[in-house]
Amino acid sequence: MTRYAGRGFAAINYPIGMNLGGDPAQALVHSTPDGKFMVTLSAIDLGQGMKSVTRQIAAEALGVPMEDVYVDTADSDTGPHDMGSFASRGTHRVGNAVIRASSEARAQMMEAAAEELEVNATDLDTDGQGNIHVKGAPQRKITVAETAIAAQFKQGRTLSGRGIFLIEPSGVDPDTGEMSPVTTYAHAALIVDLTVDDETGEVTVDKINSAYEVGRALNPKLVEQQLIGGAWMGVSHALYETTEPYYPDRAHGPEDFNTYLMPGPGEIVPHDIAVLERPAADAPYGGKGPGEMCANPVLPAVANAVYNAVGVRVDKLPITPEKILRGLQAQGGAKPGPRRPGTQ
Amino acid sequence: MPKKPMSFTLNDAETGVFVEEGQNLLEALRRGAGDLSPKFGCGQGTCGACTVLIDGAPHLSCLTLAEAAASRRVETTGGLAAGPELHPLQTAFMEGFAAQCGFCTGGMLMVAKALLAENPRPTREEVIEAISGNLCRCTGYGPIVDAILTAAARMQGRAA
Repeated sequence: MTRYAGRGFAAINYPIGMNLGGDPAQALVHSTPDGKFMVTLSAIDLGQGMKSVTRQIAAEALGVPMEDVYVDTADSDTGPHDMGSFASRGTHRVGNAVIRASSEARAQMMEAAAEELEVNATDLDTDGQGNIHVKGAPQRKITVAETAIAAQFKQGRTLSGRGIFLIEPSGVDPDTGEMSPVTTYAHAALIVDLTVDDETGEVTVDKINSAYEVGRALNPKLVEQQLIGGAWMGVSHALYETTEPYYPDRAHGPEDFNTYLMPGPGEIVPHDIAVLERPAADAPYGGKGPGEMCANPVLPAVANAVYNAVGVRVDKLPITPEKILRGLQAQGGAKPGPRRPGTQ
Repeated sequence: MPKKPMSFTLNDAETGVFVEEGQNLLEALRRGAGDLSPKFGCGQGTCGACTVLIDGAPHLSCLTLAEAAASRRVETTGGLAAGPELHPLQTAFMEGFAAQCGFCTGGMLMVAKALLAENPRPTREEVIEAISGNLCRCTGYGPIVDAILTAAARMQGRAA
């Protein structure tokens, strides 16, 4: 038996969201009488950090502390319309809607504060700590909580805002099929180092190195963790997971977690990530978000690395030991590709 | 179906629930005792999301008959924090971003708690072995292993 090392590379340009129908997202923001703000969305947080990031965005646009902002994403019956959490669109589409809703609520908050301080709203600013003050005279101030109380019980004014973000719909050219699917792309490049055992056909992924350009990383730790977890999913998709191993024959198809193969904590792959921050012009505070591309480039990079290791080109996922062994048999053994200088 | 009263200790509190014959502990905890911290994942003991401790040992509550916990000491994630004070495992999970969707987190925390009670200085391999019955689909496991090692170190006053 010999273990062959291989290296594979993949790079992607990844569309942020989709276009058909303009891919709209809505947000509503309202204050409670004690000066907290509620952001109501129908976008769903399924662990990617939607709530955390929209909370940061709303706090920034409102000019209030993040602790004073709540995000409710629970229910599409009661929340404003959103297309959903898919197509890597969340941060970009929903974030933009939240900025608009928050800006409208902020304008009302400043009007209410201006009335209390007897100044023009344009002369006021927020300190991000829960206070609204006259520009250049920070001692002339009112708290956001006092402003909300005055608006609610004295002025009869709501501190609320509506926001929708819609990209310019792009029709499909009937002759050429040409269209502009999105307004912005994220980018990534990823290298996989792995070893292939020519006797068992097993692949061990040894190392992932990646570089991601996601606009501004609005929450760097969440970005990093999403990229780490997503790459794990990519490895899993590339090498392990299938519900139909002999499609369309159901034979040997898994029926539950006992027989559905996934890598576990024993197959953790070391992953070095470089996040390049290039704020995007039409993105909320420049953030596009990692989204689906945290998993996608891993698959072609693994396939390329297997080819580099033993010369077997597998074009159906997952790349199982059986497929590798059949490939090795067909070509009469391992045919390693070129090595990088200094590697074995 | 007739229901029988059953009492046990849930996170140090004497608790009574009515259980149906054949009802599993997970249902008794979630519906009977109102503790939603153990999760229903697969319902067949393969994902670990329902893990609770019975007399300190991890059990899959979806496969455990409720009555098997009668008069015993049951611990869930719902009882990990002491008032506002988080358990060191919870703090380490939070700081280390060891949860994304959070569905597996309760089970992970309970097997980790049992591990550290038995083995306060686990190696990385021992942590991996301990959580190998718990599925996570978000994090890639790395941050979870790191968080458990960090908590172990802190609970002993060591640097991680």
